Amino acid sequence: MIARLRHSAQRFLALFRAPAYDRELDVEMAAHLEFAVDENLQRGLPPAEARRQALVQFGGPQQSRENHRAARSFLLLDELFQDLRYILRTLRKERSFTIVALVILALGIGANTAVFSVVNTLLLRPLPFSNSHQLVWIAPPPTSCGLSCATYSADAYEEFRAQSLAYDDVTGYEAFSTPDNLRLSGHGEPVPATGIDVIGNFFQVLGVQPAKGRLFTLDEAHGGAHRVALLADPYWRRQFNADPDIVGKTIELSGSAVTVVGVLPASFDFGAVFSPGARVDLFTPLDLDQQRNWGNIVTLIGRLKPGVTTAQALQDAQRVAPNIYFNVRYPETLGRYKGALVPVPLKQYVTGKLSRSLIALWAAVGAILLIAGVNLSNLLLARAAARAKEFALRSALGANRGRIIRQLLLESLLLSGGGAALGLALALALITWLARQGSLALPLLGTLRIDASALAWTALMAFVTAMIFGLLPGLRMAGGNLQEVIKDSGAGAGLGRKHERLRAALVVSEVALACMLLVSAGLLLRSFIKVLDVDLGFQPDRAASIKVEYDDSAASEDASQTKRAVIFQQILDRITALPGVEAAGMADYLPLGPNRSWDSPVPRGKTFAPGELPEPLVYVVTPGFVRAMGIRLRGRDFSWSDGPRAEKVVLINESAARFYWPAEDAVGRVLMRGPEEDRVIGVVDDVHEEHVEGGAGSQVYYPVTQQGPSGAQLVIRTTLPPSALAAGVLRTLRDLNPSQPAAEFRPIRTIVDRAISPRRFFMLLVAAFAALGLLLASLGIYGVISYAVTRQTQEFGIRMALGATPALVQRSVLADTLKLAGIGIATGVLASIAGSQILSSLLFETEPRDPLTFFAVMCLLLSVALFAGYLPALRATRIHPAVALRCE
Amino acid sequence: MPDSKLDLLQGTLDLMVLQTLAAMGSLHGYGIARRIEQVSGDAVLLNQGTIYASLVRLQQQGWISAEWGTSDNNRKAKFYSITKRGRRQLSEDAAYWQRLASVMGRVLALGTGSDDK
Repeated sequence: MIARLRHSAQRFLALFRAPAYDRELDVEMAAHLEFAVDENLQRGLPPAEARRQALVQFGGPQQSRENHRAARSFLLLDELFQDLRYILRTLRKERSFTIVALVILALGIGANTAVFSVVNTLLLRPLPFSNSHQLVWIAPPPTSCGLSCATYSADAYEEFRAQSLAYDDVTGYEAFSTPDNLRLSGHGEPVPATGIDVIGNFFQVLGVQPAKGRLFTLDEAHGGAHRVALLADPYWRRQFNADPDIVGKTIELSGSAVTVVGVLPASFDFGAVFSPGARVDLFTPLDLDQQRNWGNIVTLIGRLKPGVTTAQALQDAQRVAPNIYFNVRYPETLGRYKGALVPVPLKQYVTGKLSRSLIALWAAVGAILLIAGVNLSNLLLARAAARAKEFALRSALGANRGRIIRQLLLESLLLSGGGAALGLALALALITWLARQGSLALPLLGTLRIDASALAWTALMAFVTAMIFGLLPGLRMAGGNLQEVIKDSGAGAGLGRKHERLRAALVVSEVALACMLLVSAGLLLRSFIKVLDVDLGFQPDRAASIKVEYDDSAASEDASQTKRAVIFQQILDRITALPGVEAAGMADYLPLGPNRSWDSPVPRGKTFAPGELPEPLVYVVTPGFVRAMGIRLRGRDFSWSDGPRAEKVVLINESAARFYWPAEDAVGRVLMRGPEEDRVIGVVDDVHEEHVEGGAGSQVYYPVTQQGPSGAQLVIRTTLPPSALAAGVLRTLRDLNPSQPAAEFRPIRTIVDRAISPRRFFMLLVAAFAALGLLLASLGIYGVISYAVTRQTQEFGIRMALGATPALVQRSVLADTLKLAGIGIATGVLASIAGSQILSSLLFETEPRDPLTFFAVMCLLLSVALFAGYLPALRATRIHPAVALRCE
Repeated sequence: MPDSKLDLLQGTLDLMVLQTLAAMGSLHGYGIARRIEQVSGDAVLLNQGTIYASLVRLQQQGWISAEWGTSDNNRKAKFYSITKRGRRQLSEDAAYWQRLASVMGRVLALGTGSDDK
């Protein structure tokens, strides 16, 4: 056994020493012959006869060599190695062909690997939780009243958890926290931090184990004696230098001492799953008892019992919903959540909206691979024309056809393997870059990586590309008629012409594919421009916001209100006095971020059917906010004299005004909230609250002087670039309140940019692929026309010798180009029209058959094609008749 | 004449080479080939060139070793000699051949017997 293994190993090693073995054998055989000749001479034979007999006795030396090779190693492998050496030699010799082929393949395969990794992470791979298929997101169907209608009250959570039978456990988190909502002090200047309150069992339900320390205990989750927190891994590293002894230490958060009980694992990224593009630094337990009267505050996440399906969970929820109170103290709130408890798989909630975009992206990148493959085929065919004679000669000399095909196959495998390796490096760079795009509001981006399945996908693509695009020209080449090929003198004969037809067909399909890509990219680009043009209801440019800390604690609510008004007025006075500040104001929530609603006000003197009234989104703002945000206002703004004792006033938006008083002017009317009366003093434009692309629902603005805001975002409108103002603003805020953290001074534009970042991302990717497709297609056109010109050199020479002008020759070459491009474009346009519905759901206010886009794409493709054909056409006109006629 | 020569069965050449080296000590390829021809009385059909495939095979098995040297008439050649493991293999193979030959002899004798009946 061991001996056999050793023997096999020796035979295998012999593959790599083949030239040395062959050299030794040759020396031995030469010596052998000399011995034989010597002996024959001694027997008295004449020298010529002596040598002849020696040769006869020895047999064929080539045969001996082959036998020797077969005996010492594995024949098939040995041949394979021979072929490999031969191919590497030819590829090295034809360096420009090799480089072009490798680059084309690397681009095609690299783009595919990268997109596959994205698709795999977002769509195919399960969420990074244990048994993540059991996790469901429980929310009502989408409504217009924002986050408040997508969340549940503390009582509802507890009742739902108690009564449902479908779940192992149910958890949730407080949905209304804003970025930088906490202040960490005790480490130099106070710095902002983002924290989220989670229900005590949050991490247990998700199946997340702490990397250090422990999770929250039941006691801590229910208003325990001291406050505790869990740190996210990146925050622990960044803020605490990965302090190994952090567990048990006390940190100062927004003025109170909090004990760190643990650090979460690096694999857990809250933002990546639940709040794309946002960063969460630490987690604190949510005290449900304190939140009981706050209305809808938590989202619900459930872990289904093993074997329970989403459909069963939905049935269970429908059974439970009528028995659930919004607030158990108010019996009339029983059944408020009827139809509003719908479990969907968490994965679908996180990435479901993206699946169409991702699949479109996948298709686009697949088209790129097709174009790259077709281009490779084209290159190989061009090469085949040049090599046909070599192969014919080799066949004629006895090379076996299978061996030639095997060699061609090996060559395309080698090329595609090399291309795949380069492509993988490209994809790795792309993915690494993408994973760091924290501001991109796409879920799970941080978990992006090239994993085993991406590697397998790459290998598969390389193999299929080699087989289809490499073997076809190979078969064609090896299948030709030998005689014909050898006779074929290269210019204008049989196989050359056949090759050219095939190549023309390939180029046409390339152009068609590129055309489809360009149309898709064009439509997405137009949609994106439309999105940029959306009237958001506010002016995002030349404005910035910063989170402001203030201390309004006082003995009574009234006193607190008065104190707050004074603080706010002081801040705004000082800020407005800064040079370059046009207007300043504060609001507790900003557009395109979290939001909330309170209840359903009723216009005085009108009655509505239950459920008909909207629940408007609520903003508590200071005087001047509307102007600072650039929101148009009809009527008057709040003033500091709208105090607690004065008449209660509100601003409402156009949508609300239209709903409440369809035929009348809303300004001066009164809205009732239970017994309370609010006079409408102005109507403002609809502001896009949740999405740039969606419409707006009803919105109501209350003055900070009459209602309690939850936090304050200072908005400043300026004539200067916002960054120039940052330092001055922060200094002023510090002046007034030394514990003001160094919060980020965010241009409002970045908030909008983040909201449209997924669309921008997809648009840019598809546009990049379209550009790549265009480049490859023009390369294809150039290759074919250029080859045709070379082939027709003689013909052009004769024509010009007979009096054709260079312009005429040029025109005929360009006409050929136009024919190819024209057929390709026509095919592409027809295919795009046929497939236009697939893209339509990704477009925004753009027709999938938008004539402008189609026209622009056709012009672009035609001009690029003409340019690609122009270079060879120019060469054709420079042919000197005498030279052309002399050339073979 | 060619019809009367014996075609070599698979593996028999290896055994002949081993036996030759065991009997003669160190020899080069030509020497081995000539020796086999002489011993067999020119009865085997041997393309001398095929000896080299056999030699490389035996060498890789570790049954013979090779060394470059100079012959009596001052020619550079590779000299082969049998190794200890080669001798063990030779005795095994020789025993096997003898058994096979005697069995074959008996079987064939039986064949003529039945013809007599």
